[in-house]
Amino acid sequence: MPDDVTFREAMTTVLRETLAADDEAFLLGEDVGVYGGAFGVSRGLVEEFGPERVLDTPLSEAGFTGLAIGAAVMGMRPIVEIQFSDFITHCMDQLVNQAAKLRYMFGGAASVPLVLRTPGGAGTGAAAQHSQSLEAWFVHVPGLRVVMPSTPADAQGLFRAAMADPNPVLFYEHKLLYNTKGSLPDQPETYEIGRARCTREGGDVTLVAAGLMHNYALEAAETLAGQNIDAEVINLLSLAPMDSDRVCESVRKTGRLVVVEEDVRTGGWGGELVTRVTEGPAFYALDRAPARVACADTPIPYNKRLEASIRPSPERIVEAVTQVLANDPGRYV
Amino acid sequence: MATRNKTSASTAASTLSDLSAERQLALLEQMQLIRAFDEKVDKLYAKGAMHGTAHFCVGQEACAVGTLCHRHDGDVITGTHRGHGHAIAFGLDPYRMAAELLGKATGYCGGKGGSMHIADVQAGMLGANGIVGGSMGIACGAAFAFKQRAQDHVAVCFFGDGAVQEGIFNETLNLASVWQLPVLFVCENNHYAMSLSAEKATAGGSIANRAASYGMPAEAVDGMDLEAVYTAGARLMNGCRGAGPALIETITYRYLGHSKSDANRYRTREEIAEWRANDPIERYIRTLTERGLLDDERSQALVEAAADQVEQAFGRAERDPEPELSSALEDVYA
Ligand SMILES: Cc1ncc(C[n+]2csc(CCOP(=O)(O)OP(=O)(O)O)c2C)c(N)n1
Repeated sequence: MPDDVTFREAMTTVLRETLAADDEAFLLGEDVGVYGGAFGVSRGLVEEFGPERVLDTPLSEAGFTGLAIGAAVMGMRPIVEIQFSDFITHCMDQLVNQAAKLRYMFGGAASVPLVLRTPGGAGTGAAAQHSQSLEAWFVHVPGLRVVMPSTPADAQGLFRAAMADPNPVLFYEHKLLYNTKGSLPDQPETYEIGRARCTREGGDVTLVAAGLMHNYALEAAETLAGQNIDAEVINLLSLAPMDSDRVCESVRKTGRLVVVEEDVRTGGWGGELVTRVTEGPAFYALDRAPARVACADTPIPYNKRLEASIRPSPERIVEAVTQVLANDPGRYV
Repeated sequence: MATRNKTSASTAASTLSDLSAERQLALLEQMQLIRAFDEKVDKLYAKGAMHGTAHFCVGQEACAVGTLCHRHDGDVITGTHRGHGHAIAFGLDPYRMAAELLGKATGYCGGKGGSMHIADVQAGMLGANGIVGGSMGIACGAAFAFKQRAQDHVAVCFFGDGAVQEGIFNETLNLASVWQLPVLFVCENNHYAMSLSAEKATAGGSIANRAASYGMPAEAVDGMDLEAVYTAGARLMNGCRGAGPALIETITYRYLGHSKSDANRYRTREEIAEWRANDPIERYIRTLTERGLLDDERSQALVEAAADQVEQAFGRAERDPEPELSSALEDVYA
């Protein structure tokens, strides 16, 4: 099986597969047609499926997201691309007050099977308005699902799951992932939204992350292994719903928890995860206070060194784990 | 792509008098029913018998009735916060609406929507909406689905003069026009967005002109005149079928306050009285009487029948069960 597929290629392939499988599916967004999408994900699709299925929209995020919601209520399967996740602010009403609410307000009489794809995250030097990680906003809105793939295989597995889900799903693609490579399974796999996966077993500390941060956590775990620290890595894959049960299970084994997220620390989803672990019985399994690695509470600066200084990195994860363990009487006394 | 190739306006002028006597009377009945419904709701609030909020469309009945009487099976609508009239004119059951307003399990939304969120998605009523302008994109999406599926239906999108100033108005009119989506935009220009007069809010003065600048057929009509709304509705709604969007600006007035709590400080009694003197229902009664289709007795009977239907709807709804508390946790996800 192909083992050097890029994340971008994996996305393009799964979009092609989706459009081919379902006549009622369509992709819309700014420059998704001949341009191929700002990050090249939809390259070639308009040539294959035509401009009625792959629609270049005007710069009207609220308008076309609203349109996608209406089409979804009518039973179609829209896939919206918001060019940079920062521009989601333009369609907040549509996502928060419309997509997430219609079903509930209407007493269950409607569903909004919409998938909204958007590139998020920092690390590209694109500064404050093109680098944000706003996913925690949506974790806070009942009625939405929020997923974040890390690898090409995740991208496809989660995307298939998102398309099969009858709810609005926000699908975050980290910009730095598009050129990363990975392998695909022999058989197409559809993930289960809300089910985390353990991607590395270990007994000393539980590292939890999603999206690009998961890959950083794996990198950190390699470094830690060199220091005789055996980290278990959990890839959340889905932030809403959040599989805190799987995290608790791991914490019961390791007794230590470090959560890695790229959104800003204050009000981030990591705080929610830590709370869920500590408010339940897994609390008693903890040998030490949990730690969070997150972005500083600032906008993302333009200067590359400044940007790197406030973002999580494999090095900062290693540092956090080392600190947690160093303060750990259970291990060192 | 911005202007329609196909001539949309059907040339044959369609007037109310072309309809059967029965149909003409039915439109009066519908307006009476809408008025009776909102007047009843107003009373229930005054008595403290209802919670939350509601927005009344008393005075605006001709707008929804005059446009929606052109609807065909399969057409859909989106409403607004001032949406009882849209729902009734679309054919929703006043009893289930009453139950929703009373928060009962039997209401359209199981008591979870209330006045501003009444919907019957199955039937094609895609929801009243508590966000000004919030349903304009949804109406376009339904129209998009019709177009993709090569269906001849129309999505009718109601909104107020206040919504015209929201970004989504401009986004959706443009999108509907460049993509030629079968949406009939119906602006109920009742002259006020809460207390702000449309005059002070609308640069350029005319809402219909804004639509025209997006290359779609648009007309401003006297919204107090059912005949005028009907005629424009026939032309523009049929023009939408299998084609692109159109807009009707109905110039109308709301007699009552913005919602149940409104001291009316921004307008005078005289102004309200002047508009009331031009009441759409009274006007239509005169027309029907002149045509020999109605006399005082019949007219009175219609008023009573509407009031009666509303009383029964609310009476029955009041006796209906409250929703189970567990339902508060249901329907978050499909
Ligand atoms: C986005 C948004 N802003 C403000 C409000 C509060 N609000 C509710 S109705 C209204 C006025 C709307 O005026 P218009 O669109 O003319 O409709 P009308 O009430 O006159 O029918 C306002 C400001 C809201 N519900 N949504």
